[in-house]
Amino acid sequence: MTGFLGVLRRDLRLALAGGGDILTLVLFFVIVGAIVPFAVGPDRELLARIAPGVIWIAAFLAMLLGLDKLFRPDRDEGTLALYRLADLSLPGMVAAKVIAHWLTAALPLIVASPFLALILAMDMDTYWRTLASLLLGTPALAAFGTFGAAVTVAIRRGGLLAPILIAPLSVPVLIFGVGAISPLGGPDQASAAMLFLAALSLMALALSPFAAGLAIDWGEE
Amino acid sequence: MTRGQAQLRLSLEAQGLACGYGETALATDLSFTVPSGSGLLLRGPNGAGKSTLLLTLAGLLQPLAGQIALVGHDPDDGPAIHHCGHRNAVRARLTVRQTLDFWADINGRNGIDAAAALDRVGLARIAGLDAGYLSAGQQRRLVLARLLVSRRPVWLLDEPSAALDADGQALLEALLDAHLDAGGIAIIATHDAIAVERLRTLTLGVAA
Repeated sequence: MTGFLGVLRRDLRLALAGGGDILTLVLFFVIVGAIVPFAVGPDRELLARIAPGVIWIAAFLAMLLGLDKLFRPDRDEGTLALYRLADLSLPGMVAAKVIAHWLTAALPLIVASPFLALILAMDMDTYWRTLASLLLGTPALAAFGTFGAAVTVAIRRGGLLAPILIAPLSVPVLIFGVGAISPLGGPDQASAAMLFLAALSLMALALSPFAAGLAIDWGEE
Repeated sequence: MTRGQAQLRLSLEAQGLACGYGETALATDLSFTVPSGSGLLLRGPNGAGKSTLLLTLAGLLQPLAGQIALVGHDPDDGPAIHHCGHRNAVRARLTVRQTLDFWADINGRNGIDAAAALDRVGLARIAGLDAGYLSAGQQRRLVLARLLVSRRPVWLLDEPSAALDADGQALLEALLDAHLDAGGIAIIATHDAIAVERLRTLTLGVAA
């Protein structure tokens, strides 16, 4: 447990000490959402209709930005080798990384989401559901992202490969994430989508540390 | 029983070991036994496979052939091996003290206190400094502190004296001496002279 907390503390410290890292993600998230009205024109109704999708796409892309910082610097400086000899299981280390990744790459986006809601002319009711779906769905994106980063860490310049690898895994998250906000067939289906989203997150959180731990263990020095 | 007490009976044994990357074997047919309280100096020209052998012994690389066994080690006692490679695992933006605390967190705090370890390696004065500003020699000293905060019976050191000054060299020898006195095992790849008794020399040639 000390090791788990140690990894978590270190990653949070590094992210906060950088300062700019988190701000970059948030700005990217807001900018992606903010250019949509310019691209599709100032049609309030259309904007309100596509707003859930835009927010989810912006969140998905912004979270991809942080992936390369998860394991690659650790590998380059030698900390990854230390993890493999540490008195802490690799899945335990990865679980700490997933939590740190969510706290530094997803939570700031959720905090910044009111800005996007404003820009995209979202009504209050839709915004609350957006907030709930982001809170439920982003843990799955963080878990899949960490897995992708772990699999590609041994590959030089593999940073671009991770997004391609996890895109298919993230598709269900986006489908149910948007489905939970803009119900096509009434409120019943929205709550069903919300449950699916929660199930996806739980499954991803439970499995990804083990998968990523194996990937790191098999990767050669 | 606390960790570390069992190390008196340990020995690190290699049988017909071959190590390398992929199809390329760098060192082959190595057999040696290192009982506790003694060590091995790996010598040989660049590319002879010293670092690769250390990585293999640490379990970070799969051996191409042969076996490695740490006889007398109870897996319940936790990991037995400290490996210090070329890279120091020191990250800018964390202070010296935070870096050492992090290592103690993931490796287990069963050695001496972090503050005492920094004092021992001569970094106590700059404990609050961003580790990114450390010189190469100071980073090596910080790595030596990692060996002290978590007690493990086997030390695998890859060129530990590179970038160390004369004081640092003496410090390394004193630490090694104390480690072997306590029944530890040390395997060191180096080009420098390390004046510690109980170290045998194993010379690796260039792979034919």
